Amino acid sequence: MILKKIWLFYYEGFRNLSSDSRKLWLIILIKLFIMFAILKIFFFPNILKEQFHNDQERIEHIENQLINTNK
Amino acid sequence: MDTINWALVDWSRAQFALTALYHWIFVPLTLGLSFILAILETIYVKTGNEKWLQIEKFWMKLFGINFAIGVATGIILEFEFGTNWSNYSWFVGDIFGAPLAIEGIMAFFMESTFIAIMFFGWNKVSRKTHLLATWLTAIGTNLSALWILVANGWMQNPAGMSFNPDTMRNEMHNFLDVLFNPVAVNKFIHTVSSAYTFAALFVVAVSAWYLLRNRHTEQAKYSMLVASAFGIVAILMNLFTGDGSAKQVAKYQPMKLAAMEGLYEGRSGAPLIAFGIATQSKENPRKQDIHGIEIPNFLSILAFNDPDAFVPGIKDLVHGNKEHGIPSYRERIESGKIAIDALAAYKKAKKAGNTQEAKKQLALFKEHFKDFGYGYYYGRDPHELIPPVAITFYSFHLMVIFGTWFLILFIWLYAELFRNKLENKKWLLRLAVISFPLGFLAQEFGWITAEVGRQPWVIQDLMPNMVAVSHIETSSVMITFFLFLITFTALLIAEIKIMTNAIKKGF
Repeated sequence: MILKKIWLFYYEGFRNLSSDSRKLWLIILIKLFIMFAILKIFFFPNILKEQFHNDQERIEHIENQLINTNK
Repeated sequence: MDTINWALVDWSRAQFALTALYHWIFVPLTLGLSFILAILETIYVKTGNEKWLQIEKFWMKLFGINFAIGVATGIILEFEFGTNWSNYSWFVGDIFGAPLAIEGIMAFFMESTFIAIMFFGWNKVSRKTHLLATWLTAIGTNLSALWILVANGWMQNPAGMSFNPDTMRNEMHNFLDVLFNPVAVNKFIHTVSSAYTFAALFVVAVSAWYLLRNRHTEQAKYSMLVASAFGIVAILMNLFTGDGSAKQVAKYQPMKLAAMEGLYEGRSGAPLIAFGIATQSKENPRKQDIHGIEIPNFLSILAFNDPDAFVPGIKDLVHGNKEHGIPSYRERIESGKIAIDALAAYKKAKKAGNTQEAKKQLALFKEHFKDFGYGYYYGRDPHELIPPVAITFYSFHLMVIFGTWFLILFIWLYAELFRNKLENKKWLLRLAVISFPLGFLAQEFGWITAEVGRQPWVIQDLMPNMVAVSHIETSSVMITFFLFLITFTALLIAEIKIMTNAIKKGF
């Protein structure tokens, strides 16, 4: 019953959005798409997660970076 | 030969600065407007006057536009941590992860719940429930800022952690020390109160614009009354915490304080530059000559609460000052190098199973860990540890000058409203409109002072930017820099266009 009330609250809220509010939601969705579907996937890999298989390899990589930088 | 890819370091820094500065266009308006909305709605609920409801709904619409355009722009910074700053991300470990995780969860639940009630709840929940949701939205958005600023405060003054050489990362041993890190607490209040000032300037500027056009005069005056009172409180909080910041910078980041004031040679009873310009010294290429109006002894008071206290200058910090017990950067570099070498020896001994040697090297490492980051400057010029003085000096002074003007403006507007003569003071209304972009600049100058002034440190004394960056292609950072520039500029244009249309429509 409470869940249905919550659902209706959001459903009616979104249904009765003004045209300006719909425009804003469109901007939010486009922005999130650019961020997560383009920038994150194609331009922002998590280097340590993608280039190394486990934490031990990551530790060794950081060890090398921290000990050998500027040597 | 220099093995550091400085182009990569500089582009990574430029990209982070770009995203952070753009992100901070939207955030302060959300932080400050949320409280102004809560105050306006409280007045409505208390008085039952429908005029206040109309005012509340108008500003809520502008809040909604700013919130929608700005939401999630900060996530880009987290992307950058994983890609451009992977060494840093690993090194900071839980200390950065925990506050940011709390922020993510808190922001999601509070914003999705209470903002929905704010916007969808009119006529569906009681007035008091709606008011509660508005206050909780304000508190929630400000608490989100707390966690980010706790993380930033830790970078300025690492507290409540210890470095584990086996995992090569910092581990939190006391969450309360991280949360109540004096730098973080002061930074949080200083930053949010500057955001409140900015939001008050926004309301004041829009209201002044209506008064200049003789539109919605009653609503504009009511809005301005609340905003200028809110602005006075906010800017006083700013001044108070600014004083606290100066003391903390003097204690934890003395080089930043010296750069803020362009103080090359330390002085007892040091003066504060009220207005001044910085020019490159002809005798010393590392020195900026400062010409301006000084307030005697004020820097010593600001930094140490003592008019005769010694404030170290850039020269004292680089070359050391035995009389005042300040070690030179060369000594700290030697100490840091011992820490780095001890870390390498500890790892080697551990792999070889030599526990005695490992124990000895670990003790040596711990002894010198406070200077760890300086070790990367071994064989380099210690002057590389000086931040850009002119940028820090101008950013700090412009922030203070603008802040002082905002206090005068809010008091002036409030007094004229009280005397009911504001509409006749067209020039004052014009000044109020013009002051809004100055508020934006003051915000950004504050961040530039805080962040440029602590260069080259990503984590104070422990990790310089050259070690923090990932070894990726410089060209890929350049490409994403321009992608962000285009995306964020498009968002800013959208915000300005939608916002101005809504303002033109009026209450």
